[in-house]
Amino acid sequence: MTFSLVLEQLLNGVQLGVMLFLMAAGLTLIFGVMGLINLAHGSLYMVGAFACAVVAAATGSFWLGLAASLAFAAAAGALMEVVVIRRLYGRDHLDQVLATFALILIFSEGTRWVFGSFPLYLDIPQLLQGAVPLPGGTAYPLYRLAIIVTGGLVAIGLTLLISRTRLGMRIRAGESDREMIAALGVDIRTLYTLVFALGSALAGLAGAMVGALQSVQVGMGEPILILAFVVIVIGGIGSIKGALIGALLVGVVDTMGRFLLPQIVGLFMSSAQAGPVGGAIASMLIYLLMAAILAIKPRGLFPAQA
Amino acid sequence: MISREFLINGVLALLLLAVPFIASAVGQPFTITLATRIAILALAATGLNIALGLGGLVSFGHAAFFGVGGYVAGILSSHAFSGDPMIFGFEGSKQMLLIWLTAAIVAGLLGLLIGVISLRTSGVYFIMITLAFAQMVYYFAISWPAYGGEDGLSIVVRNQFPGVNTMRPLTFFGVAYGALIVGLGLFAMIRDSRFGAALQAVRQNEVRVASVGISPLPIRLTAFVLSAMMTALAGCLYADLNRFVSPSMLSWHMSGELIVLIILGGTGRLFGPVAGAMLYVVIESALGGITERWQFFLGLILLATVLFARGGVIGLLAGKARHG
Amino acid sequence: MAEPVLDIKGLRKNFGALKATDDVSISLYPGEIHALIGPNGAGKSTLIHQICGTLRQDQGSIRLAGKEIGNLGVAERARKGLGRTFQISSLAVEFSALRNVMLAVQARQGSSFRFLRPVRSDRNLVDEAMDRLSRVGLAERAHIPAGELSHGEKRQLEIAIALALDVKAFLLDEPMAGMGPEGSKVLTGFLAKLRQEAPILLVEHDMDAVFALADRISVLVYGRIIATGTVEEIRRDPVVRTAYLGDHA
Repeated sequence: MTFSLVLEQLLNGVQLGVMLFLMAAGLTLIFGVMGLINLAHGSLYMVGAFACAVVAAATGSFWLGLAASLAFAAAAGALMEVVVIRRLYGRDHLDQVLATFALILIFSEGTRWVFGSFPLYLDIPQLLQGAVPLPGGTAYPLYRLAIIVTGGLVAIGLTLLISRTRLGMRIRAGESDREMIAALGVDIRTLYTLVFALGSALAGLAGAMVGALQSVQVGMGEPILILAFVVIVIGGIGSIKGALIGALLVGVVDTMGRFLLPQIVGLFMSSAQAGPVGGAIASMLIYLLMAAILAIKPRGLFPAQA
Repeated sequence: MISREFLINGVLALLLLAVPFIASAVGQPFTITLATRIAILALAATGLNIALGLGGLVSFGHAAFFGVGGYVAGILSSHAFSGDPMIFGFEGSKQMLLIWLTAAIVAGLLGLLIGVISLRTSGVYFIMITLAFAQMVYYFAISWPAYGGEDGLSIVVRNQFPGVNTMRPLTFFGVAYGALIVGLGLFAMIRDSRFGAALQAVRQNEVRVASVGISPLPIRLTAFVLSAMMTALAGCLYADLNRFVSPSMLSWHMSGELIVLIILGGTGRLFGPVAGAMLYVVIESALGGITERWQFFLGLILLATVLFARGGVIGLLAGKARHG
Repeated sequence: MAEPVLDIKGLRKNFGALKATDDVSISLYPGEIHALIGPNGAGKSTLIHQICGTLRQDQGSIRLAGKEIGNLGVAERARKGLGRTFQISSLAVEFSALRNVMLAVQARQGSSFRFLRPVRSDRNLVDEAMDRLSRVGLAERAHIPAGELSHGEKRQLEIAIALALDVKAFLLDEPMAGMGPEGSKVLTGFLAKLRQEAPILLVEHDMDAVFALADRISVLVYGRIIATGTVEEIRRDPVVRTAYLGDHA
């Protein structure tokens, strides 16, 4: 096991973490401001990926596809909010879970209806093909590095948006006191739709970027949605900072676990057994991490409200 | 005094019992399978209804228990079939009663473990954590190759119930229906008992319960474990019905479906899961016959139920739930 | 004098720099009504939360019948004999009034881990619960869901629930709040007798009720007890007059 191999896996972990952050940021923002749990957030991720793949195929430009993913996911999110989600704010979490579960069925089957069951493929743009040399002699794909950088930029942008802008001030006010911001004369309905669209656009962006690494298909959003749940539970629901740290933690622990655990288990048993046993333990690792964190801090690492 | 809900429950119970016999008489064996599926799904959802309906614990991870039940049935039966001993020299079993007992114990222990951690939290946290734990079990089943991994595990010959031939569809329906009736009886007994009173009060107002001196956590935990056990039992039957068990029984779609059954039928109502399962399976087979994309319409129906008909089927037919 | 039933000593609780509870000591003797008064924001709620266990004190001790309860949970304190009512009614709203009281009877009788017998035909529960409801004058409303009771009736129900427990000390958080003048009068008469069963720590804004009922009064201002004494002593206390009663003069 060389240093460069470990570094490569570490970067893969960070890259997964960054993707998770894009998903988790939207989820946690929506929960923090509107008190809503949105299972259909994974569907918006899927919408982003499909929009990017279709537009990129039609125009030949990944960048137009990327723009389309933001636009389509934001539009789908806004539509979803206006038609369905808006009716759920005052409801209990059970209703929210079920209604958004129903939305998943509708989005997934609707997408399958339009695009069929075969996956679409999305190529990495020319500009980002190739690799960057890592210390130690191996090379790391440029595209994955670009994802990490994009995620970092989004994290910074989001922090600035929330701490520095008028919209951010309203979002913060909305988190602490819904009645107060209505009293301030802010149109709360528009604010909610905006926040929802913003979260959706982030999910769509994540979907589009991952779409070029994996195939674009129905159901692609579900595994990452559940990981994003783990992230915000660990980070503390409602906290952007928690989402970022939780996402990186989950991304790195998951990736490194899958990489290292089979080798560690191999120290104790024959290599034929070590692979499956290590793999099985690795697949449970982040859930064990979550359990351990909750045992100590039931409201996550950075609880949003005391 | 016989309430309207009691009458509706009776009609539903008789209807579910009559359909397979009629189907058998007119030579529609597939309908027997559908009725069996309804009975088993209703039992699984009745288990969940203990936690969700009575206790207000929105577990989004009950597929874990359903699937564990299925895997216990599959694993015990595959060992009995192949003759390979399991741990402690135990040779597996093809006896349903023994399998059910084992499944209930295993799921009970798993429920205890998941419950102890998840019940430290509430609300959205609880929903997400139960979901995450179920995913953990799901990924474990996929990545553990000994019992089929992603491909699942077949049960070559359906497991046995004393004194009857379970390979006959109508007989197996009888076993499943009997289990459902016993499960509903247990649910009603729990609901009406002192434990049930405390559990339902915890759902309504935790502080109130604590300030009369009843600690909410043990009440919730017990309900969660009982709930897990009953759902696991249904899982055993489900594996026997399909003679196959796979990670899909553990998937989060399954967890969602179990909640959906309760909501379609009417939350916290004794026959809610039965009505829900009937509706669900009928929608599935009716729409499934017309379009491959039936889940799209299921989604619409579900959405409409949540937004506009919160009492579910039983709520529509029998009015609001009453607590005497 | 007899041992105090409820004995709070040196209780402190800070929220950051705010001293919400600042070295509070209160004792409650058998047969007495001890009223706790103070302006809004004096820290009464914080104090109540610490007594009944929803908040943990930073320092100090709370003893009930000679035993330390300051480190116990809410349910355990209730089992030790602390009976409370809430400032804002806290009931199982879907349950009828009767079933709310039955829950308390069941808790006092022992285990809630009984699965077999239906509660509705359990005479042990029903009869005793009906008795408590009659004592507060709610017998006719027994089968009404708690959520549909009037404000005053909810208050009465809270007291019926406390009566069903084996209470060594009552902690009543503004029982008069929102009661009409007639209701307040009836309740005042009722509480006057209730002190025979167990002493009452009464947190109350209604000064007429406090002066009519209390054997002793403690005045809480900015988290500190500034005076404790009989009604007359408190009425005359110059510090209290300026700090608190002055508002009413």
